[in-house]
Amino acid sequence: MSGPNDEAVLVLSDGTVYRGSAFGARVEGPGEVVFHTGMTGYQEILTDPSYAGQIVCMTYPEIGNTGCNPEDDESRGVFLSGFVVRDHVDFPSNWRSRESLNQFLARHNVPGLSGIDTRALVRRLAKSGAMNGLIAQAPFELAALRERAAELPSMAGLNLVDGVTCKQPYEFREGTPWSLEAPSTGKRYRAVAYDYGIKRNILHELVNAGFDVTVVPADTPARAVLARKPDGVFLSNGPGDPAAVTYAIAIVRELVAARVPIFGICLGHQILGLALGGTTRKLRFGHHGANQPARDEQSRRVMIASENHGFAVDAAALAKAEDVEVTHVNLNDGTVEGLRHRRLPLFSVQYHPEASPGPHDTAYLFRRFRALVESTHA
Amino acid sequence: MPKDPSLRKVLLIGAGPIVIGQGCEFDYSGTQACKALTEEGIEVVLVNSNPATIMTDPEFASRTYVEPITPDTVARILELERPDAVLPTLGGQTALNVAIALAESGVLDRLGIRLIGAQLPSILMAEDRSKFRQAMTEIGLRTPRSVYVTEIEQAKSVLEEIGLPAIIRPSFTLGGSGGSIAQTAEEFEEKLAWGLHLSPRGEVLVEESVLGWKEFELEVMRDKADNVVIICSIENFDPMGVHTGDSITVAPAQTLTDKEYQRMRDAAIAIIRKIGVETGGSNIQFAVNPANGDMTVIEMNPRVSRSSALASKATGFPIAKIAAKLAIGYTLDEIPNDITRSTPASFEPTIDYVVTKIPRFTFEKFPQADARLGVQMKSVGEVMAIGRTFRESLQKGIRSLETDRYGFEEVSADDAALETMLREPGPDRLWAVGEAFRRGRTLAQVNAWTAIDPWFLWHVSEIIAEERRFVVPATRDLARAKRAGFSDRRLAKLAGTTEDAIREERLRAGITPVYKRVDTCGAEFEANTPYMYSAYDQECEARPSTTKKIIILGGGPNRIGQGIEFDYCCVHGLLGLAKDGYETIMVNCNPETVSTDYDSSDRLYFEPLTLEDVLAIVAVEKPQGVIVQFGGQTPLRLAVSLARAGVPIIGTTPDAIDRAEDRERFAALLTKLGLRQTENGTARSVDAARQLAERIGYPVLVRPSYVLGGRAMQIVHDTVGLETYMREAVQVSPEHPVLVDRFLANAIEVDVDALCDGKQAVIAGIMEHIEEAGIHSGDSACSLPPYSLPRYVIDEIERATRALALELGVVGLMNVQFAVADEAVYVLEVNPRASRTVPFVSKAIGRPIAQIAARVMAGKSLAELGYTSEVIPAHVSVKEAVFPFVKFPGVDTLLGPEMKSTGEVMGIDREFGRAYAKAQRGAGMDLPTRGTVLVSLRDEDKAAGAGALRVLQEEGFKLVATAGTATYMRERGLDVQPIHKVRDGLPHTGTLIAAGEVSLVIATTRIGDAAAVRDSAAMRRAALEAGIPYFTTLAGARAAAAAIRALRAGEVQPIALQDLHPV
Repeated sequence: MSGPNDEAVLVLSDGTVYRGSAFGARVEGPGEVVFHTGMTGYQEILTDPSYAGQIVCMTYPEIGNTGCNPEDDESRGVFLSGFVVRDHVDFPSNWRSRESLNQFLARHNVPGLSGIDTRALVRRLAKSGAMNGLIAQAPFELAALRERAAELPSMAGLNLVDGVTCKQPYEFREGTPWSLEAPSTGKRYRAVAYDYGIKRNILHELVNAGFDVTVVPADTPARAVLARKPDGVFLSNGPGDPAAVTYAIAIVRELVAARVPIFGICLGHQILGLALGGTTRKLRFGHHGANQPARDEQSRRVMIASENHGFAVDAAALAKAEDVEVTHVNLNDGTVEGLRHRRLPLFSVQYHPEASPGPHDTAYLFRRFRALVESTHA
Repeated sequence: MPKDPSLRKVLLIGAGPIVIGQGCEFDYSGTQACKALTEEGIEVVLVNSNPATIMTDPEFASRTYVEPITPDTVARILELERPDAVLPTLGGQTALNVAIALAESGVLDRLGIRLIGAQLPSILMAEDRSKFRQAMTEIGLRTPRSVYVTEIEQAKSVLEEIGLPAIIRPSFTLGGSGGSIAQTAEEFEEKLAWGLHLSPRGEVLVEESVLGWKEFELEVMRDKADNVVIICSIENFDPMGVHTGDSITVAPAQTLTDKEYQRMRDAAIAIIRKIGVETGGSNIQFAVNPANGDMTVIEMNPRVSRSSALASKATGFPIAKIAAKLAIGYTLDEIPNDITRSTPASFEPTIDYVVTKIPRFTFEKFPQADARLGVQMKSVGEVMAIGRTFRESLQKGIRSLETDRYGFEEVSADDAALETMLREPGPDRLWAVGEAFRRGRTLAQVNAWTAIDPWFLWHVSEIIAEERRFVVPATRDLARAKRAGFSDRRLAKLAGTTEDAIREERLRAGITPVYKRVDTCGAEFEANTPYMYSAYDQECEARPSTTKKIIILGGGPNRIGQGIEFDYCCVHGLLGLAKDGYETIMVNCNPETVSTDYDSSDRLYFEPLTLEDVLAIVAVEKPQGVIVQFGGQTPLRLAVSLARAGVPIIGTTPDAIDRAEDRERFAALLTKLGLRQTENGTARSVDAARQLAERIGYPVLVRPSYVLGGRAMQIVHDTVGLETYMREAVQVSPEHPVLVDRFLANAIEVDVDALCDGKQAVIAGIMEHIEEAGIHSGDSACSLPPYSLPRYVIDEIERATRALALELGVVGLMNVQFAVADEAVYVLEVNPRASRTVPFVSKAIGRPIAQIAARVMAGKSLAELGYTSEVIPAHVSVKEAVFPFVKFPGVDTLLGPEMKSTGEVMGIDREFGRAYAKAQRGAGMDLPTRGTVLVSLRDEDKAAGAGALRVLQEEGFKLVATAGTATYMRERGLDVQPIHKVRDGLPHTGTLIAAGEVSLVIATTRIGDAAAVRDSAAMRRAALEAGIPYFTTLAGARAAAAAIRALRAGEVQPIALQDLHPV
C-alpha cells in the first residue's frame, strides 16, 4: 500500500494529469500511451520488445495477481517506458511466481503507476487516438512535466528496431510445453529469424513446428542470410514505424526476389507489405489485446487473435501491388490482418499466432509455414 | 451461413418450476431465445409449467403451453403442433432430460422432428460420466478417477479403487441432487444408496476427490462453422468441494497466468469439439492443483446454464440470445454485438471490472437441515456485484444479499467455533474469514483451514486492515474506504455513528460514486447500451437524459418468499411504462433475472438495493418517479427512508403501506370499514404474550412483526407451546414485538389481487386456497376462480377488497388475504403492493395486471386503460407450490405457517379436477389412476376424509390405513386394511412404502402438536424419498381424489394460452 509520499502522475501531451501512486522503479517514463485489453499476460506484455517507447495501460483493473517468473519472459528485458494499472496487487498468488510485479518492474528500472481511473484514460485514448505522455513521481513540477510531455516525438517516423534487436546471431532449439499440440517429430528444417524485437514464444513455436532456428540482427544483409542456405526466413514483430526501418525493407525485397519461403508477423508483416510495394499507416489507437476477431477470407473462419500494433498495412495500396492478396481482415474495423503472394512462397499476418499472451487459435500458422517450406522442397 | 430456411416452427422447452439448482436464470435464457427466434420470423411453440415466468407471457411465443414438462405431455404437444425442430438447450437440465427421453423413445423420429442446439450423442457423451471420461482421455485431458455404480453391492470394490474421501454424484439430476462427499466407509455406503435412489437412471458416479483444488469455469460458444469463443472465465472463491452454485465466484479468473489460462482455454475448445456440441453455449468446469498447476476436467454442461446467465450479465454478452441464433444456422460473425453495435459477436468479451457472485441461503427455513456445504447445491438464489476492484465488488455483493450485513460484520463465535466455521464450508464462511483476520490469524493459517486461494484471502485481510485504519482518527480516510467498497452503514457502525451522518460527511466532501458502463470491450469501442455499475472513480459515464423517466426497484436475490414472481412484476412494469412513453430505469442485483437483461429497460443499473445505493442513482438520474411496489419486500423496506430523503415514490403512498403493515393502525382501519378480523394483539414481553393468548383462546398463531414469507410463524396449541416458541424462535422485546392471532381451524383461505387507481378498484383475481388456513399462502395450492365458495361469500370478499383499496388510497396493485370460517369472512392481511400471485392471475385471466398497475401509478386511470370490470375466465387455473425437501435429507415435509416452497406451477383446464391433476403433474406428483392408498388422518379430519376415501375406493383403489383411521372408516362401510404406525413395530407404513406397494399417501397431522408431528414425520419422509405422491392436508387429498376421478374419465390434453385468451 502506498502512502502520500508515493504519489505519482501520468501527464499526457494535451496537459491532462492523472494522479495515482508509484510502484516499480522511481524513474521518469516518457512514451506513447497505449492500452491493452487482455485480462491475463501482463508479464508477457512487459517483456514484449514491440512496446519499446510506449507506456502501457492495462484495461483489466487487478494487475500483479500472479507475480512474475523467469519462464514467462518474452525477451531479455523490459523495453517499455511505463506501466499503468487501476489496482496494483502487491500480493502474488501462483505456484510459478518468483517475484512480485513491483520487484520485477523495479529490477528492470520501469516506473509503474496505479490507482488512476484507467477506464477514463482508455476512453480518452480511444476517442482522441494514442497520445504521448510521461510518468513521474513526487516531488514534481506539473508545468515542467506538461511541457516535456508536449515535446515528446511522435511514434510515426521512429525506427525503434535498432534499440531492441540482438547484436550477434544465436541459435535457438527450445520448444514450448504449453501447447496442446505435440511438437513435430518429422524432418527438421533450418530457419533464419530476423530479430526486429522478437518474442521468445515465436522461437518456441518455430522449434515446435520442426525448425532449427538461427536468430540474426535486423540489419543482417540478405546475402549473409542466404549464404546460410535456410529452408525459410522468418520476419519478427517489433516496435515503432515500419516505414522508418528502411534497411529492413530493402533486405526483404532481396529475400523475396531470391524466392526463399518467408513468414512474417506484425512488424515483419508490415515490412513484407512495404517490400511488396504496399504502404503502411498509423492507426488511431492501434490494436492491443487478446480478443481481436480476424477472419480468414478463404475459409470464412473467425480466429480470436492476440494483437499489438499501432501501424497497419494499407489495403488500398496493397490492392495495386501485383499478385498480392489480403488473406485475413479484422472484423472490428476491416483492417488488413494477413497477406500472401499468389506465386511466391510467402505470407504474413498482422496478429500474433504465437499468442503469449493470448489465445492459441492461430498457432497453426507455424505449421503452415513448415508446410510451405516442405512444398518448396518437393 | 445464414439461417436454415427449413426451420419455420420450433418447440422451445422451458425449465419448469423454480427449484434449488434451477432458478429463474432459465426464464432469462428462455425469454431471450423466444425473442431471438421470433425476431427471425420463426413460429415459437413454448412449453413451461411455471406461470411466474416472462417467457410464458402469451406475446413471447406463437403457442404457449403452460403444461407439465414431462415426456408424455411434450409428446402430445409435438403431435398437436408438428414443429420442425425442438430446441432443448435453454431450459436447463429439465429440458435436456425431456429431450433425451423423446429422442430415445423414438417420438422425434416418428414425427420427423429434429433436435437443434445439441444432438443426442453429444448430450449423452457430456452427461454420461464414463463416456465423458473416455472422451477426455482420448483428447489427452485428465479427469478425476471415477467409477460408475448401479448396484449397492459394488460399494466395497469401488471404494478400494477410488479411496476416501470420495465424491458421490448421481447421474442426470438437477443441481447435483443427491451428490455428497463421503469421508468414512459407513458414510460411503449410506450416501451411495441415497444417490442411486435419486438418479432417474439409478446410476451414480463415484469420483476421486480433488477437495481444496482451485475451481474454474469457462463459458464457451460454438457455431456451425466451428468458430469457438470463450465468453467468460470464472474462478471460485470457495475451492473444490463446494458446489459451484453454492460458491462465491469471481469473473474473470484471477490467479492464472496467461500460459495457464490459455492451456485451459485450449482444453475447453478441444472439449466442445470432442463432445460435438454443434451450436450454442456450454459450460466447462476445471480443477487446478494450487501446488503444481495440474489441471483436471470436472464436468461439462452441453447447454446454457446458471453460469451462462451469470457470464451474460458479467460481460454484457447475451449468451442465450446468441445460442438461439446459432441453433437456427447463423454463425458468430453474422451476428452483431448489441452493446457496441459496430462490432460482431465473434469475439471474446474483455471486462475492465471485477464481478462477484454470492449465493443466498435460507437455512433458517429448514432448521433440521445440514447447513454445511458440499457437492449438492443448497442455495436458493444469488446476487452479483460489479466493482472496479475485487474488494469493491465483494463488499457490494455482501450488501446486495439483504441478510442485514453491510460489510464484514463481526462474528460472535469463540475461537474454536470460528475454526470450525473455516474448516467446514457453510453459509457464513466469508464472514468467518474476515473475523479470523480481525483476531490476528495469519493468512497462512486461514489458507490451511479453508484452502481458499491466498489471493482472495489477502483482499479480505486488506478490507479488515482498512476497517482498522478507519477507526483511528489519524488514519481515517473516507474517500479511500469508499474506494475499497465500504458501505456508509458499515462505516457508521465502525465509527459509532449513523448512516445518515456518514452520508452527510461524504456528500459535503464531494465523495460520490460515478457510473461506469459494461461494454464487452474494455472501452475500446463506444458503448451504446446503458448498462451501468457504480464505482468510486473519476469519470462518470451515466449521461442521464432529460426526458420523463421512472425508476423501478427490483427484488434482489431470490429467496423463499420472494422469487421470480416479483421480477415478473418489475419487467411488466417496465413494459407498461414504455407504452406510455417513459424512459424506464431498472435497478437490481440478481443476475438470474429478466429485469437485469440490458434490453428489458432503457437503462440498467446493476447495483445493490440499499438506501445508499438507490439514493446515489436517484441523485444522478433525477427521475419523475420511483416504483417500490413491484420488487417485493426489498424495495418496500426502503420506501419510508426514500420518501424521507425526498425521493418521489409513485403509486400507493408509504403512509398507506405503513397503515396496512402496522397492526394497530390496521385494526383501526378494519374497524372503520366494519370488516372482521380475527382476535389479535401485540405482545412486547413473554408475560404479555401468555396473557394475550389466554384471552384470545388457543390455538393461536404467533409471529414476529414485519416478516417475509411467514418467517418464524407458528401455530401453538397451549401455554407450553407458546413458551417454547417465545424461548426458541424469537427474541421478544419492546422494539421487536410478537403478534398473536386467534387461529381459525379449518378455515378456507382466499387470496385476492386487485387494481386500484385511487378512485376505482377492480378485482383482478380471487383465488381459493386448497389447503386450509394455517398453511402459508405461498405454500398452498389455489384455484382461480374459487371452486367451492358460495356466491354470497365471494360478494362479501369483493366488497371488502374494494373498500380496503379505496380507503387506503391504493394506486396500483393490492393483495388481500381472507379466511372464511363458519360462513364468516375475516381479513387476515392487506399488502398494498404486487403480490406473489400476480403472474398467476395475469395468466389465468389473460390480462397483464402488473403493466396496468405501472401505468396507473404513472397517472393513467383504470377507465383510460379499459380495465373497469373483473374478468371471469371460462376455464379453471390451479397453482401448486414446489418444495426443496428432496435437497435436505432429514427435513420434515409437513407444511405450516412458515413458507418453504421455492417455486410454483400452473395447471389450466376446463374444470377443476383436470386443472388440479395438471398442476400436480407439473409439480412432479404424477397422480396414480390405480393402486393402493396409504391413509393416516388426524381425528379432526376423519369425518370429512371419509368422502375422499369413498371416491378413491369407487375409482378402484385399495385402501390401507393406520389403526384409528382404519377402524373409523370401516365403521362407515369402507373396505380399509389396517397397518402399524412406524413406532408400533413391523410391518409398518414405512416398510409398506419401501416395498413399493403404495401409490398414494394421505397423512394429516395436527400442526403445532410437536409429538404428533414427530410421530408421523418418518412416513412423510419415506413417501418423499420413494417419489410417491403424498398429501399432508385433507383439503389437498380431497382435491387429489377429484383429480384422480377426472383423470380416470379421460387423459388430460394440453391447451395453449392463445386458445384460452384469443387476442
